[in-house]
Amino acid sequence: MKDFRDSFSFMADHLDLLWHKLVEHLALSGAAIGVSLAIAVPLGMWLGHLRRGSFLAINVANIGRALPSLALISIGLAILGLGFANVLVALVVLAVPPILTNAYTSVAGVDPEAVAAARGMGMRGREVFRLIEVPLALPLLFAGIRTASVYVVATATLAAIAGGGGLGEIIVNQASYGLSGVVAASIWVAALALLVDLGLGAVQRLLTPRGLRRQAPVLGPPDRGTRHDPRLQPAPGAAPR
Amino acid sequence: MSPAPLAVTVIPNFGRGSECVRDNHTFCWGWFTDHWGDTFRPALTQHVVLTLIAVGVGTAIAMACALFAYRQRWFEGPFVVFSGFLYTIPSLALFQLLVPITGLTTTTAEIALVSYTLLILFRNILTGLREVPEEAREAARGMGLTPRQSLLRVELPLALPAIIAGLRVATVTVISLATVAAFVIDKGLGAPIFAALQTSFKTEFIAAGGLAVALALTADALLVAVQRLLTPWARIRVT
Repeated sequence: MKDFRDSFSFMADHLDLLWHKLVEHLALSGAAIGVSLAIAVPLGMWLGHLRRGSFLAINVANIGRALPSLALISIGLAILGLGFANVLVALVVLAVPPILTNAYTSVAGVDPEAVAAARGMGMRGREVFRLIEVPLALPLLFAGIRTASVYVVATATLAAIAGGGGLGEIIVNQASYGLSGVVAASIWVAALALLVDLGLGAVQRLLTPRGLRRQAPVLGPPDRGTRHDPRLQPAPGAAPR
Repeated sequence: MSPAPLAVTVIPNFGRGSECVRDNHTFCWGWFTDHWGDTFRPALTQHVVLTLIAVGVGTAIAMACALFAYRQRWFEGPFVVFSGFLYTIPSLALFQLLVPITGLTTTTAEIALVSYTLLILFRNILTGLREVPEEAREAARGMGLTPRQSLLRVELPLALPAIIAGLRVATVTVISLATVAAFVIDKGLGAPIFAALQTSFKTEFIAAGGLAVALALTADALLVAVQRLLTPWARIRVT
């Protein structure tokens, strides 16, 4: 227990350091999530709209979930060396699968009768996509983004071993900061991950149209909602970090 | 007679380093095969053992809690919040937070690894049991099965696909996190990765990382095969 008490005095004494590392942590995570969104959301939603490539979209999540994050960073160290690039690539590789799968399933899983009704009203493909599929897809799409974000924030801790900076840098450097520093940074990282999950969970509930509102889990990976096609399961929650 | 040289330059013999190892090429196959026996095979074995213990203990706890929640509905909410809380904490932080309590021991690693399996397994077991068709339960009762027999012979077998799906996620999760456990114990495939961090030796990074990826993908594929074997009826279900 003494180590925990010391960790709080460490926080008081090194608030600037922790704050600086927290900002680094968020910048790295934000960059990785931004790149992943730019890749995965358009591709996944477009494939979902066409209802093509389900094999790719679904299996990419299964494989992505199985990839050990530290192993990816390790292989990246050999190929890309120390630094921001390696870490960014590893985080993007881990964040793309859940977003891609959910982007695909969210659109492809929209009630076919709603789409048929929209077409019956004379809507064209583009309008169906914009007015029907996107609004109905939003909650599930956002669930994927939430999963990926929590995952990235957590994995960014490991990125410290590859020179990515962030709070992990204190955790892996007990020689400089002592056990109290390590415990203090661990508490900050844990609190950060919980806050990101809770915050994005609240946004997810706000985005859900009232008619579709199911109890979204407060913490942890999203429940597998009931979809019209049993093969169209959303990404099964956050993977290992 | 010339005086004996006072000092002879001694170049320590580090053995025959191949050119590949000296120049730190991307991957030296020879070095990998030389160190398979003393580094990678033991690490791989330790990794598998760590994983099996964590998944085994996790399954036992999750099964007990899920069966309790199956009868006592109120238990589900609190347990999901508790295990969701554990699930969200980054692994590196959880390992380090346990160190002041349980020290740099395998126990520390296993406690953290087990805690990451609970949410997935609990949720899948409970969902599997709840999705057993009411007709199946009634038929079991009609055939005179006691509640316990009905659970063991009808409800649990019908919940198997969901349970194994949960085991799949839990297993790959633990395999991944067990590499991080090398921060607190010198075991598993994470250990060579951390050794390589000191030397920046590329072959070791790729070998250990590659083995961890291969292990995770193999375990995932194995569990899919097990699921197909154990639930032959699921293959012919057409929806």
